Amino acid sequence: MTETRGDSAAPPPELADILARHGGKPHRLLQVLLEIQASRQRISPQVAVEVAESLGVPVARVRGVIGFYAFLAEKPWGRYRVLFSDNITDRMLGNMELLTALCEKLWVEKGRMSEDGLVSVDTTSCTGLCDQGPAILVNGRAIANITPQRLERIAELILAQTPLEAWPEELFAIEDHIHRKDILLDHGLQPGDALRAALARGAESQAEQAANARSWREGHGGGPSGPAATLEEIKRANLRGRGGAGFTTGLKWEACRNAPGKIRYVVCNADEGEPGTFKDRVLLRAYADLVFEGMTVCAYAIGASHGFLYLRGEYRFLLEPLNEVLARRRAAKLLGPSILGQAGFDFDIEIHLGAGAYVCGEESALIESLEGKRGVPRNRPPYPVTHGYLQQPTTVNNVETFCAAALIAKHGGDWYRAIGTAKSAGTKLLSVAGDCARPGIYEYPFGTSVRQVLEDCGAVNTLAVQISGPSGVCIDGSEFDRRIAFEDLPTAGAFTVFDSRRDMFEVARNYTHFFAHESCGFCTPCRVGTAMLKATMDKIAEGHGTPYDLAEIEKLDKVLHLSAHCGLGHTACNPTLDTLKRFRPMYERRLKSLEFEPAFDLDGALARARQMTGRDDAGAHLSMESEP
Amino acid sequence: MSETAIFLLDGEEVPFEPGQTVIQAALSAGRYIPHLCYHPEFKPHGSCKVCTVKVNGRTAASCTLPAQAGLDVESDTEEINELRRTLVQMLFAEGNHFCPSCEKSGNCTLQALGYDLGVMTAGFRHFFPDRPVDASHPDILLDFNRCILCELCVRASCEVDDKCVFALSGRGLSKHLVVNAESGLLADTDIALTDKAMEVCPVGVILKKRVGFAQPIGRRRYDPDPISAQALRDAPRPPTGAGHCAACEVEE
Repeated sequence: MTETRGDSAAPPPELADILARHGGKPHRLLQVLLEIQASRQRISPQVAVEVAESLGVPVARVRGVIGFYAFLAEKPWGRYRVLFSDNITDRMLGNMELLTALCEKLWVEKGRMSEDGLVSVDTTSCTGLCDQGPAILVNGRAIANITPQRLERIAELILAQTPLEAWPEELFAIEDHIHRKDILLDHGLQPGDALRAALARGAESQAEQAANARSWREGHGGGPSGPAATLEEIKRANLRGRGGAGFTTGLKWEACRNAPGKIRYVVCNADEGEPGTFKDRVLLRAYADLVFEGMTVCAYAIGASHGFLYLRGEYRFLLEPLNEVLARRRAAKLLGPSILGQAGFDFDIEIHLGAGAYVCGEESALIESLEGKRGVPRNRPPYPVTHGYLQQPTTVNNVETFCAAALIAKHGGDWYRAIGTAKSAGTKLLSVAGDCARPGIYEYPFGTSVRQVLEDCGAVNTLAVQISGPSGVCIDGSEFDRRIAFEDLPTAGAFTVFDSRRDMFEVARNYTHFFAHESCGFCTPCRVGTAMLKATMDKIAEGHGTPYDLAEIEKLDKVLHLSAHCGLGHTACNPTLDTLKRFRPMYERRLKSLEFEPAFDLDGALARARQMTGRDDAGAHLSMESEP
Repeated sequence: MSETAIFLLDGEEVPFEPGQTVIQAALSAGRYIPHLCYHPEFKPHGSCKVCTVKVNGRTAASCTLPAQAGLDVESDTEEINELRRTLVQMLFAEGNHFCPSCEKSGNCTLQALGYDLGVMTAGFRHFFPDRPVDASHPDILLDFNRCILCELCVRASCEVDDKCVFALSGRGLSKHLVVNAESGLLADTDIALTDKAMEVCPVGVILKKRVGFAQPIGRRRYDPDPISAQALRDAPRPPTGAGHCAACEVEE
């Protein structure tokens, strides 16, 4: 075995440092592995053994975690790893052509490390820069607006082996692109305003105040104590989760507050992985105080002492700025012991990084990941509100939900519910991208029509809009008067525009590749079904599809809806079925025939022979039957 | 309490004990629900989804669904059985299953389920994955071609043997079994022939060497009776599930 050769010398000291810093706690495993990956570009089997010994877990489990996350690897992938974001919006902006050009320039094959161990180039799931794509990650650092010229510079920096820290700073510039502000983006609050309002609301109901320091921590709901009054406002606001599922936030907080447990946790889900969604990126960059303030309001309401912000690995560039905001808030007594002088109100927030796994946006998978495990959704019940992080009561909410909670703490529930529609209170941030003049962030009151958004973002000749990403819904021109609202078009925020030049079959095919890549593989229907869906879409794309394949897609959809373990599987067929329903001719014109169903692609089987001989002429191809 | 602790399974009453899941109560009551990754001696897992049932109009895996008074559970219906057939077909398509040459044929749960559910065709194009075997151990062969990722060996090795010889890595269709050794080879683990993990593989992944085909075809486990009959014979064993692997628990 030569695989571990490079590590046979004594390990560099930083490994011991990393392990020591995390104190041998098994639930730090993922964070430990991320740091090792960053410093050594791989986690060799030998290092995995050291990590396992240090944390007291089986090495098989360490390797299981490495194998789960896209940004961790046992095998080396080069000193520079370039990953092209492969959302459909990146595709529309020509990311594949750029990728091919870079591979040629660097003399590498996609997905394989160069012979000299310098570089590898591959694709990755949407990196959340759809408003400024095509985007790439270089060793985890995001670079937007890739043009041939910028890519040329990047290639030269790699070939010159310039350390990433020495690359020109302007390469890493990320814009916010906020185009429409409403109550949230125009909130006008100073750090601490919402918390002071929440505490004051408690002081108004003075009678129970004396008992508060004990009782609210223990979660007794009775009496109009400060926390209960805050919870009451959240409920009155009719706030619903902004991550997509739309669960009523007040009920979630109340259930968590009332659940028995030693300690309660607040978790901010910043694993914004839905392709086409990037509003949390902007909130975390430009509104971090509001996010943390909302988390602290939640901690106050439910009696939590620990908070986590689970930041997707693609947003690694936000980690240091966010930690600076946390430090500032600690200094201002907005975090830490006795927040704003309130005895017993102790709460702090820690940031955990994700490592490239969309499924971790599912709240129970996110908790598994926080515990340092493979991000596999749990069996429910029990739910996180009673058995969450380390089996303790845990509230998980989306970034935007916490921002809204901070506004409600300041202005009250009645103020908030007066905005939007009767069933959908407040505003919604949309991540607008695709075929429009002004991609970026738009905040609207609920009830705004799709047509209005299209007008505002400068979209013309629009063929279709994908609402809420691939797990949402695709609508066509006849539906543009539908409204963004829980009762009509619920959304986690993605709003991807396709104009009449676009082929909606290819859009759906891109999304099926995404789901197959991101399936955690826990349950049979999703693990196998998403791969079958992808294979079927590829077969149709290659011109070998038949009506039988369309029927098979419908069969797979039924199986996934009936039996998949979580939402990923339930929704995996949606983009295909939505586009099949609305744009069926785009599928049918690819079908081979209505009668013949080739089970085996004879010509495809010769691909390797063609590659080996360097031939691609007509004589190197077989045709199984005459052209249709 | 005992009077109300009843739910309906296909219209018939099934009593249950507090803490039982639907499949546990059903099997104890002599009612069969097809299943694959569920094993009465281990904590229910809920991954294969073959035990899916319809409860008050919604589907759920019956192995992890807590039994509750008043549930109206549908299991033996054409819709659900068709779903199960499809799931079994998916598992056959995912791995490399060649029953005629497989040592486990006749003792294989997947094969037996296929027969019992009436799976007559492959149904899907096969993936034919490339999965090298691990023959490193002197007494044990691992043939990953047949792995259905039920995690029974993972659970047995952790919960009963307290060794954690097996774990899962990868994700999606690339999910696969790994063993607990730096080399990644079974020979370098502390697995023993007497381990519980050696007994539980429902398919032909974990095999003892030098005993292949000792038991002739025709006299194998599922040759005389279908799996539905045998599962009920196995059922009354109370679930232990109390096994504890300190290394697997995450504690503050």
